[in-house]
Amino acid sequence: MRGGGLRAYALLYLLFLYAPILLLPVFAFNSGTIVAFPLNEFTTQWFSQLWGNTTLRRALVNSLTIAVSAAVLATVLGMFAARASTRYRFPGQGAALGLIMLPLVLPEIIVGVSLLVVLLAVGVELSVLTVIIGHTLICTPYSVAILTTAFSSLDQSLEEAAQDLGESRWNAFRLVILPLVMPGIMSSLLMSFTISLDEFIIAFFLAGNEPTLPTYIFSQLRFPKAIPMIMALGTVLVAASILLLALAEYFRRRGAARTGQTNSGGFP
Amino acid sequence: MTAQTSGPAPNPGLAPAPAAAGPARDAQGRPTPISSRRAMIECRGVHKYYGDYHALRGIDLTIREAEFFSLLGPSGCGKTTLLRTIAGFEDISSGVVLIDGRDMARVPANARPTNMVFQSYAIFPHLTVAQNVAFGLRRDPRSRAEKAAAVEEALAMVGLKGYGARAAHALSGGQRQRVALARALILKPKVLLLDEPLSALDRKMREQMQVELIKLQRQVGITFVLVTHDQEEALVMSDRIAVMFEGEIAQLSYPEELYSRPVSRRVADFIGMMNFLPVRILGDSDAGVRVDVPGFGEFDIPAANVSRADPGDPGPSVGFRPEAVTILSRDAPAPHRETPGVIEEVVYYGDMTYYDVRLEGAERPVRISMRNVFGRDIQDLGTRTRVSWSPGSLILFR
Amino acid sequence: MAASGTESGQGLRMIAPPLLYAVLMLAIPLLTILTFSFIRDGYQIVIWELTLENYRAVWADQIFRALMLRSLGVAMLVTLATVVLAFPVAYFLSFVVAPRRKAMWIFLITIPFWTSYLIRVFLWKVILGYNGVINSGLKSLGLIEQPLSFLLYNTGSIVVTLAHAYAPFAILPIYVALERIDRSLLEAGRDLGESRAMTFWRVTLPLAMPGVLAAVLIVFIPTMGDYVTPTLIGGGKIPMVANLIQAQMLDIDNKPLGSAIAVTAMLIVTLLAALFLLLNRRFLRVRT
Repeated sequence: MRGGGLRAYALLYLLFLYAPILLLPVFAFNSGTIVAFPLNEFTTQWFSQLWGNTTLRRALVNSLTIAVSAAVLATVLGMFAARASTRYRFPGQGAALGLIMLPLVLPEIIVGVSLLVVLLAVGVELSVLTVIIGHTLICTPYSVAILTTAFSSLDQSLEEAAQDLGESRWNAFRLVILPLVMPGIMSSLLMSFTISLDEFIIAFFLAGNEPTLPTYIFSQLRFPKAIPMIMALGTVLVAASILLLALAEYFRRRGAARTGQTNSGGFP
Repeated sequence: MTAQTSGPAPNPGLAPAPAAAGPARDAQGRPTPISSRRAMIECRGVHKYYGDYHALRGIDLTIREAEFFSLLGPSGCGKTTLLRTIAGFEDISSGVVLIDGRDMARVPANARPTNMVFQSYAIFPHLTVAQNVAFGLRRDPRSRAEKAAAVEEALAMVGLKGYGARAAHALSGGQRQRVALARALILKPKVLLLDEPLSALDRKMREQMQVELIKLQRQVGITFVLVTHDQEEALVMSDRIAVMFEGEIAQLSYPEELYSRPVSRRVADFIGMMNFLPVRILGDSDAGVRVDVPGFGEFDIPAANVSRADPGDPGPSVGFRPEAVTILSRDAPAPHRETPGVIEEVVYYGDMTYYDVRLEGAERPVRISMRNVFGRDIQDLGTRTRVSWSPGSLILFR
Repeated sequence: MAASGTESGQGLRMIAPPLLYAVLMLAIPLLTILTFSFIRDGYQIVIWELTLENYRAVWADQIFRALMLRSLGVAMLVTLATVVLAFPVAYFLSFVVAPRRKAMWIFLITIPFWTSYLIRVFLWKVILGYNGVINSGLKSLGLIEQPLSFLLYNTGSIVVTLAHAYAPFAILPIYVALERIDRSLLEAGRDLGESRAMTFWRVTLPLAMPGVLAAVLIVFIPTMGDYVTPTLIGGGKIPMVANLIQAQMLDIDNKPLGSAIAVTAMLIVTLLAALFLLLNRRFLRVRT
């Protein structure tokens, strides 16, 4: 069969990609306090430990607050930028978009450090809000990329047609453009949400004394006793991400089907 | 720049539908002459700049009620810009646009009594056919049922009865165009603007839609303004045509006039096929202009057949359409003057045959078309033949 | 003129919110650390005096040079490993997988990327650790008596972990580039008498280069700035530049020196990226 060797390689590669994730539930349900082989008995005690952990609960609430806020802010900013880049031509367009997209090629530690210096200099207290500021900054380029694709696949005359049929500029946008880019908006929200939820280094610099999920996990990884619980937490997080991703994929396909595009996996 | 309007009433071959008297009709239901109708669109000194680019250079034109009007020209001539100016999608840099007597300055596209069929049709892909057609009825105070009936009626008018529930993205090109037409016409605009509406269709579909659009226009009796780069399409469909080059109207006239009396060599070259020959002008005479054309000799061209040369032309020339001269059968007597020549190329088209004939004394061959009539042989390559012509079938560009 | 003016105006108004945000939260902070890097540190207070002292200190510092070189070395190794390992997968996705299954494969490849980065990195420690998956596996097979201790806390383990973390970043751009190749070009290559391998070498690979270049940059830049992996997998014994910046900024609280390190590191990365693109510019000219 053609590509047999390649297929075997690809499957091995998938195994490499999934190896750590497959191990997660193994240790999450293992009663041994040391995360190593051989395994002990089956247990769910680590999950109940998760439930009772108040710091963790606080970290979760913080992380969700940050991720939802950053996702919404980044998507709104991304819509402005994507529309500006697809619909208009103006002087300085390249430079402006370049600056907005810069965090994509900037190590996160640089973003975190520079923001930290300025926020401290201005006298802003570090909190959940400062993390939202940083996360919005790094999520916006992803939103812009996703939404630019969504906007540029639209026929320019659709909006004009709506205006021609009697709708105002805003209503033309609301009735025609918005429904058509809705799958893009959903992808942007989900992607930003996931990036923010998982982001460690900026949160580490900007959260002050507030825990977020990644900074909490990072602090616990130093204590061997806490590891099994972290494995349980990881299992929950992985399950949640897969659920979210499946949802995102469902929306994307539905959006594609609705406008009659062929499904090419999001990479035309 | 002045646009000229003259000539006889248009399209005698197309009999009017036996409709009741309406706009632009007399008591018997016959169309009134266009020149006597009310003005629907008036452009006065319209200029449009994009930065330094001068897209429209002083457009003056009047489009009348219930007229099928075409803006014809090569790409980049400003015809689409002019259409979008009328629709309200482009601001004008100076000048006035009136629609039905009302100044359109500061009237946005959504408030103008025009509707547009876009080149891409711009069918909303997330809506059904019926939702697309009903899009402009959102603020219409009629009941839901009345609107649904109006949608059904509009769909029936464009031959899409029963298609309402279909998803718009599942339609073919021709069906999309019909939806776009129904969507625009349901709003009963004073003017329907069509931006190259047939360019995306295949040849057969295009020819079918040309006829349907003519019928539809006659049926609804509103002004249609068509933008096209296809001269054949413009000739077939229009009551009048404005030929545009580089942001200016070069000629505005009836199709027959445009074809037979082009005002300049450039218009003649753009509309249909024309042979151009170098000419020596000998002087004005009582009968017109005395000229010497290699292959044709010395003769007088009637004053009515004298047009302008364009600044870019290689000097004065005479032109004639391929069907304006005739290749004579072997022994037939010439009705007018005749010139001997040799057939250098034969291109057979089924209904027509094109011959490239080198006339005696001419440098280059000229193209002559002959309708293929049953019983008349196609002439062979290399045949010595005679070409019959009259001074009235030639146009002088000086 | 009026119309193009209004179009520019509308465009500028449209881009204003995200641009303003980027200026306030990115451009100004970056300029601030650039400024900081030129002023003298006066412990807790900042002395407003321009100096190149910080840069002199950075370049004279043995530790900085060692860390910078190590970071570069690790980032290059990771990039090489990631891209080389990813290319066949992208090729498989583009040329072997049936079109209707491509979306599913991409989905499969991106899932691990969406799960907690910290936990994934930590799990490599579990896999490579003293009592980890590999050691216990080998022991139970009777291949080794004592656990192998060289698996963890070294450059190799950092490379494996990062290559895993950045896999989708390498696969996707290469895949997109391969997808864009007109399949008739490959048939033309074969038709002109080249073998399958030579067609790959002379047609497919050059046309895939823009994707490969993108993959290299996308992997290299964040790897240079990675903080988590050296801390967890390197066990703190193999710090990289990010760890140094973090230490100067927070632990030692010498912001001017920390800024100088950050600026220097950024400059080096930017110069390397620019040099890399310059060397490969002929591949970027292939496409319009």
